[in-house]
Amino acid sequence: MTEIIQKVKNLSIGFKSKKGEEILILRNITTNVKKGETVGIVGESGSGKSTLALAMMGYVKHGLYTIGGECEFNSSNLLKMKNRDLEKIRGRKIAMIPQNAGQALTPNLKIGYQIDEALQLHSDLKEEEREQKISELLNKVRLPSPETIALRYPHELSGGQQQRVAVAMALAGTPDLLLLDEPTTGLDVTTQAHVLELLNFIAKDTGTSMVYVSHDLGAIAQVSDRIIVMYSGEIVLEGPSRDILKKPIHPYTYGLLKSIPKLSLAGLPQSMPGSQPQPGTMHRGCSFFDRCNFSEEKCKNNSPQLEYLEELNTSVRCFNYKSLMNDNQVNQTVNKIKTSLQDKEILNLSEVSISYARQKLLDQVLNRISDDNPTVKDININIKKGETIALVGESGSGKSTILKSIAGLLRTKGGIIKFDQDRNLSSDLKERDPNDLRIIQLIFQNPDESLNPNHTVEEIIAQPLKLYFGLKGEELKKNIIDLLQKVRLGEFYMSRYPRQLSGGEKQRVAVARAFAAKPDIILCDEVTSALDVSVQAAVLNLLQQLKEDFGTTYIFVSHDLAVVRAISDRVAVLYQGRLCEVGPSKDVYQFPSHPYTEVLLGAVLEPDPDIKPKLVAEDIVEEKPPQKGCSFQGRCSRILGDICKNEVPPWQITNSGNSIRCHIPLKELQKDQIN
Amino acid sequence: MLFLIIKRILLGLITLFIVSLITFVGTEILPGDACTTYLERQAFGEQLEACYRRLGLNVPAYERYVSWAVNAIQGDFGYSLSGEMPIKEVLGPRIKNSLVLASAAIFIGIPIALILGIVTALWRDKLPDVAISTVTIFAMTIPEFISATLLILIIAIWLEWLPGIVIVPTDVSFLELLPNIILPVIAIAMIMTAHMARMVRSSVIQVMASEYVQMAILKGVPYWKMVFKHVLPNALLPAINVVALTIAWLLGGVVVTEVVFNYPGLGRLVIESISNRDLPTVQALAIILASIYVSINLLADLMTLMLNPRLKTLQIRK
Repeated sequence: MTEIIQKVKNLSIGFKSKKGEEILILRNITTNVKKGETVGIVGESGSGKSTLALAMMGYVKHGLYTIGGECEFNSSNLLKMKNRDLEKIRGRKIAMIPQNAGQALTPNLKIGYQIDEALQLHSDLKEEEREQKISELLNKVRLPSPETIALRYPHELSGGQQQRVAVAMALAGTPDLLLLDEPTTGLDVTTQAHVLELLNFIAKDTGTSMVYVSHDLGAIAQVSDRIIVMYSGEIVLEGPSRDILKKPIHPYTYGLLKSIPKLSLAGLPQSMPGSQPQPGTMHRGCSFFDRCNFSEEKCKNNSPQLEYLEELNTSVRCFNYKSLMNDNQVNQTVNKIKTSLQDKEILNLSEVSISYARQKLLDQVLNRISDDNPTVKDININIKKGETIALVGESGSGKSTILKSIAGLLRTKGGIIKFDQDRNLSSDLKERDPNDLRIIQLIFQNPDESLNPNHTVEEIIAQPLKLYFGLKGEELKKNIIDLLQKVRLGEFYMSRYPRQLSGGEKQRVAVARAFAAKPDIILCDEVTSALDVSVQAAVLNLLQQLKEDFGTTYIFVSHDLAVVRAISDRVAVLYQGRLCEVGPSKDVYQFPSHPYTEVLLGAVLEPDPDIKPKLVAEDIVEEKPPQKGCSFQGRCSRILGDICKNEVPPWQITNSGNSIRCHIPLKELQKDQIN
Repeated sequence: MLFLIIKRILLGLITLFIVSLITFVGTEILPGDACTTYLERQAFGEQLEACYRRLGLNVPAYERYVSWAVNAIQGDFGYSLSGEMPIKEVLGPRIKNSLVLASAAIFIGIPIALILGIVTALWRDKLPDVAISTVTIFAMTIPEFISATLLILIIAIWLEWLPGIVIVPTDVSFLELLPNIILPVIAIAMIMTAHMARMVRSSVIQVMASEYVQMAILKGVPYWKMVFKHVLPNALLPAINVVALTIAWLLGGVVVTEVVFNYPGLGRLVIESISNRDLPTVQALAIILASIYVSINLLADLMTLMLNPRLKTLQIRK
């Protein structure tokens, strides 16, 4: 057995509530990290996974305190150590790679200084040696031209580059243990895949142990040897990565894996009912009891202990794990989506272009927008009634920008947005009449910000009903209750405020508000990105059900390609504000033809250790679309030459109805997929 | 960057222009003018005409504005009514005296405010914070005319340590003035310091809770190095604007305090010239106070621009 470097024993961390009660964030955690091993800690928000990772560095956040237990590193308890001694361990023996490098790098200090600081503290190198070491480190994390990067300030780098700098900073002290707190959340799919690959390489290359904290089972699957699943402050399952992902023997993990949409499977995943209990609301019995499909009478009042199963090398906290052991694999069943597609066109974008460039004074006076290279250009999409069309692409691809213009929140530079074949919609909100406003509704990414915190649920949903239909009194109330029922919320939610609702419930209220206007089209802007996986599945199922009931058309924007696969009929792939490929999701996902679609789909991480991402293109960041030629020329691995640089590629249409914008002949594009 | 500075300066000038216009129009529409005030009951007939001619009031308003503005730019604000002295000469020593008062308050107040703010933030919720915060909140809530009166009562009247009111000629030398300004400076500095200390405290606390400070701790950076390298530069940046606003606010505070202490500065001149209906002086004072206000804010903006790498590069890129 290999050497254990970090031992966590009976650790409990919590805080005192206003009433003076002790509320636990972590409950009696015991685990360890071995030398050279990568441990993945997975759980939904509020499960205590980050608190655990920070405790492994002897750090407890302001307001929290250690109630009991130890974190032992080199046989000394970090939680009892003096700050002065901790300073010698942090960064040198144990280093942290933070979630959001953009915010974790000090804004007024240059990149080079911040890495140098770690070197000064944790090595005996002289100044010139340190300078060389900085370049070496930046090289190791594959940043281009280290000398210039070192002289930049954090905000001058892209998200992916900032994350790499954070990795370099952590490696500066040559630590024995690296703690990674959601290091790839917030990065684009392709960047995420590249950073993970880099981390895997570093783990192998340096033999450093890693603790990888994430809510994303896909990322965890790619890096970990062992997985710890946490639920409301407890470890519920711990064991070898492959077994956990392929044969989860705890009902929570089982449900979690089932609720993740997969690239290979069209249709909506099954959702887990309910949500994680808030800290402090715990009762006797198993904390997962309310949501469990396998629960029995005894689970209600007795809480199960973590039981170690020798033959599986797995620990599980469940009375009933045996019944799951026989259920040999996660057979994912999906609810196939019914297409209620009609042949009637409902929205047509033709030659739409949008520019963010600041208007010059003269142009403002003449009321025109001048920009020869706009952010979004040549958008032609024809949307049918009852269809779900998804816009996908990395950040900066213009997908949300297009949504805003359809909603009338952003003026277009040119082109026509036509509703129902004959009605032109102005891209300026002020020029639309109330009915134009009613037919298109928006659901935003973050319900915390899109719901007014001072309004009750009743007032929130009543607003569109009053505004568009002039409802009053009993009738209004009946309609609100109706809508709440449609989104599966009880009548008693009417008097609640947004802060009294969970994330999933808030998003349901936002959905109800959108449907209150009886719209023809609903624009969904990353509607599930702020939600936990198990809740995400429920919201997706709800959206699908409502669509079937009302015959609504969805325009769905998401960076999560698996979610898009699950819900959409048709996909439009965007790069730098230009369309690359439009087609039925089935075909786009099965036979990605455009080089960029290939890159995107290749980078998706699946919660399966056997499916590795394919990294086709470099993850360079482009600030502006190229002046001429193909928008993807800068990153394309199959670039043909001058033609791609000078000429905008033509649309090519496949037999199955895919439109692809590329200079490479269709036959060649399709041939490659077979290999 | 350069473009931005020029733009800011231009905006400042436009503000001053508007202020001058408003005060000019204001003094125009008020009933009566300099001559009627000056001549009082004799303000009719030949005498009034002569006065108008002498002061140049017999030409249309816009012409007077233009000639006034042209002269004002050159530092010539015309004649004061009381004593018919050039306003320039009236203002000179007054500005000097007020400047002494204000800068003493600033130079004592800012360092104390910074230290108090940082100490309370670093020892948040501990004894130093609780003690200092109680005092600062108390100091903030007392208006300066009350604290000034209390100071006079305790230090000048009961203890007899310092003179209570200032009875010196306007053009007195600095050394003679010194013992007289101690109490007014304390009165002004108190409320200003308390304000700034609270701002600095909340700014430092905010930065201390940021992810990059947590990261610096987890990197093993020693506490004081972290405070000086990672916390203070970022926390004090937003404080610059607050300091500027406080200094601008000081102008108002100076007026009240000067009156309480009978101090021969700009503030008292404002009150005096208003009650004497000395309109040319009021006009001159308005423009001078406005220019101080505008230039302090301009300076603060430029300093923030200079010190914040984010803003700097943003401008270059655009």
